[in-house]
Amino acid sequence: MKFKSLIITLLASSIFLAVIICIWKIMATLQGLSFTSLNFNLNLLLSLGLVTTCVFIGKKFNHNLKIFILSLLFTILYTFLNENSPVWFSVGIFLLILFFSNKLKKYDLKYLNQDFISEKIVFEFLSLFAIVFFALVILFPFYIMFVTSFKTQTALLINPIDLSIDFSKNIFEVFKSYFVIFKTYDFGRYILTSSYVSVGTVLITLLFAIPAAYAVARLNFFGKTFLSTSILIIYMFPAIVLVIPLYTVFSQLGLRNSVEGLLIVYTATTLPVAIYMLQGYFKSIPREIEEAGLIDGQNWFGIIIKIIIPLSLPAIASVSLYVFMIAWNEFLFSLMFLDNPKTFTLSRAINHLTGDAETPRQYLMAGSVVVTLPILLIFIYFEKYLVSGLTAGSVKG
Amino acid sequence: MSSKLSKIEKRTAYTLLLPAVCLVFAIILFPIFANIWISFKEVGLKDIRIPEPRAKKIVKNIQDSNSELKIIYKLRNSSLIQDIREVRFSDKLPKNIYPVNLDKRCEFKSQKVKCFFGDWEAGYRENFEIFVKNVNNNTINIKVVKSSKPNLNGKSNNILLTTDFTLKNFKNVFINNNFFELLMTTFYFTFFGTLGAILLGIFAAQLVNQKFYGRTFMRSILLFPYVGPVVALAYTWTLLLDPNSGTINSLLVNYGIIEKPINLLGQKYLTINIIGFELKLRLALTTVIFFEIWRYFPLAFLFILARLQAIPRDLYEAADVDGAGPFRKFFYITLPQITAILSILFMIRFIWNFNKFEDIFLLTGGASGTLTLPISVYQQGFAVSNIGMGSAVSIVIVLLLITFMIIYFRLIGKKVNEI
Repeated sequence: MKFKSLIITLLASSIFLAVIICIWKIMATLQGLSFTSLNFNLNLLLSLGLVTTCVFIGKKFNHNLKIFILSLLFTILYTFLNENSPVWFSVGIFLLILFFSNKLKKYDLKYLNQDFISEKIVFEFLSLFAIVFFALVILFPFYIMFVTSFKTQTALLINPIDLSIDFSKNIFEVFKSYFVIFKTYDFGRYILTSSYVSVGTVLITLLFAIPAAYAVARLNFFGKTFLSTSILIIYMFPAIVLVIPLYTVFSQLGLRNSVEGLLIVYTATTLPVAIYMLQGYFKSIPREIEEAGLIDGQNWFGIIIKIIIPLSLPAIASVSLYVFMIAWNEFLFSLMFLDNPKTFTLSRAINHLTGDAETPRQYLMAGSVVVTLPILLIFIYFEKYLVSGLTAGSVKG
Repeated sequence: MSSKLSKIEKRTAYTLLLPAVCLVFAIILFPIFANIWISFKEVGLKDIRIPEPRAKKIVKNIQDSNSELKIIYKLRNSSLIQDIREVRFSDKLPKNIYPVNLDKRCEFKSQKVKCFFGDWEAGYRENFEIFVKNVNNNTINIKVVKSSKPNLNGKSNNILLTTDFTLKNFKNVFINNNFFELLMTTFYFTFFGTLGAILLGIFAAQLVNQKFYGRTFMRSILLFPYVGPVVALAYTWTLLLDPNSGTINSLLVNYGIIEKPINLLGQKYLTINIIGFELKLRLALTTVIFFEIWRYFPLAFLFILARLQAIPRDLYEAADVDGAGPFRKFFYITLPQITAILSILFMIRFIWNFNKFEDIFLLTGGASGTLTLPISVYQQGFAVSNIGMGSAVSIVIVLLLITFMIIYFRLIGKKVNEI
């Protein structure tokens, strides 16, 4: 029993350490270091040695001193056995190992003697793996997007994996792509259009959805159940089946290439989910409050304005943020309806940039950063509201 | 009294609902039905512009006379493929000015020249001239004459409103265009995309459900791929996977893992040799599926996490007492608790992935074996410029969608209201 769990600990933790070192190495390559071999086997052996000493020393020694000395030893050994590397790379290795051996704190021979411990250990290292994996897989594209926007065309062609930002140049050179997309490609206008369309969609959607949701939630009328089920079903129909008829009708009415046309379509496609989300919340407001309002002589309009809206502000915030996100990110309709660069939204403008194969990729990435950053900031700032909007609305997506 | 109140209530309800219902009807329901109509017609992209009679007005002086002018109207039919019937024309002349030797088709009444030109065939052109004269032989101000704009109208067939129908589009969809392959690609994409997203979602939810340092941070970044705009993310991935100087290929080549860059998005098949067996992998399709999984697993994660957090703690405590390890706990407690939400998720995500357009369109544009039904709508309608065909494919999508929904509501029933 003891032997099995010991082997599992050694293997799992050393594989983990070796992988982390490889990832660090790859990240360093992207900063311009010219490594050509990962040396995975060597790293694995080194890690195995480190973990073994760590486990066997156990708690016989002061923990902080132990991990410090071990990390230092390992780093020196690593630098000695591998290619030459700058100091910051070795410091990174040192910190990684420090963090890792700190994680190994509770693993000593006594701990490994417990029942059912091997499964727990595997699970623990799997979780660590998963954290690294998810963080890497998700953040890597965003990181590349951001970093590429600061490079120049020639630098990218010479060495596509050197993505380091050259801060020795003056600030105008570093941010050149951003200046270019705002000056030459008119991104300022697109930001305005996108904001106008998104905010407009939110306002009109709320204007239409709040009364409708109130009626569905509170009033009795013929066809109520039919209406509330059809809201969900209508919501399930995708944009792609609406595109051709809308395109033909909008062409004939002259609504193509107009921001108003886009506003109408966005509002209509987000209305069902807005009504669905709001009516759920309205139902949770106690009826007595409204009855008190009725006794005070309010009519329906007054009740909605003075009682329902103030009480359901969190739900309205969720809906607004969700609708804003949909309108900001929307691509299909803006591709179909907008041909004139004067009416482009941000998404459409970036798509237009790629239409020209000559467009340098750093401009494309700068444009992508410009469209991504606002929505991510809004998401981080209003995460609570947006997450509840997403959960309610993500029957679609 | 109470019936009067309920009448008021009904009326209020209808007034409150009316704007929303009208808008949704016009923009969502009407197009779905319009699709049926268009799909039975032979309509190209160029046919949808309505033909108009147009006139360009040119005013010219006549030599030796200030009191006379020549007005030329360059008349034309804006359409090169459709006729216009019963074209009528009218233009206003300033006071004291009247036409001389007016064309037979026209008459002059209350300072207006009115003409009836009859039918114009497709691409019709004519230079129509009028000579005008001042009553008192005074000088005519050209600017005033120029300022009025001619008014033309005519009847034309709006090809969308005629009643000739054809089954050609559906015949084309089902017989000529490799419909089976299209359907299979769509199903591969949908099925594996959905499955992968849900599996990854389970992992992520299980991970975030534990306590560790940086958990809230992890929770927020897990949603990034879904929150970010599809355009930016798709282009970033195209750049990452680019065979010439994409980061991933360059890294792999740099570390000697592969010899030559792989065109992950542009290569249809990849042949893999496994112990003598040759396997053909749909490479571009697989890449697109991975992008799809990457982008939509956050949704699955969100749902599953919410369900995980609702599982009572004492179930796990009891398992601890019995000495069950984490894997056992997962398979015997967690999994049975989340199967309901997983099946709902699978159905919903299946329906939605089935309709995904943007992701594939931006990554490959439907090339190298990634043509799915929604991309086909776009290609037929706007690349081949055959609106009728595009609509026919849309109809196929709607029919399949309705089938899925019926299955979904049969299987899940009322559970949909619980999420």
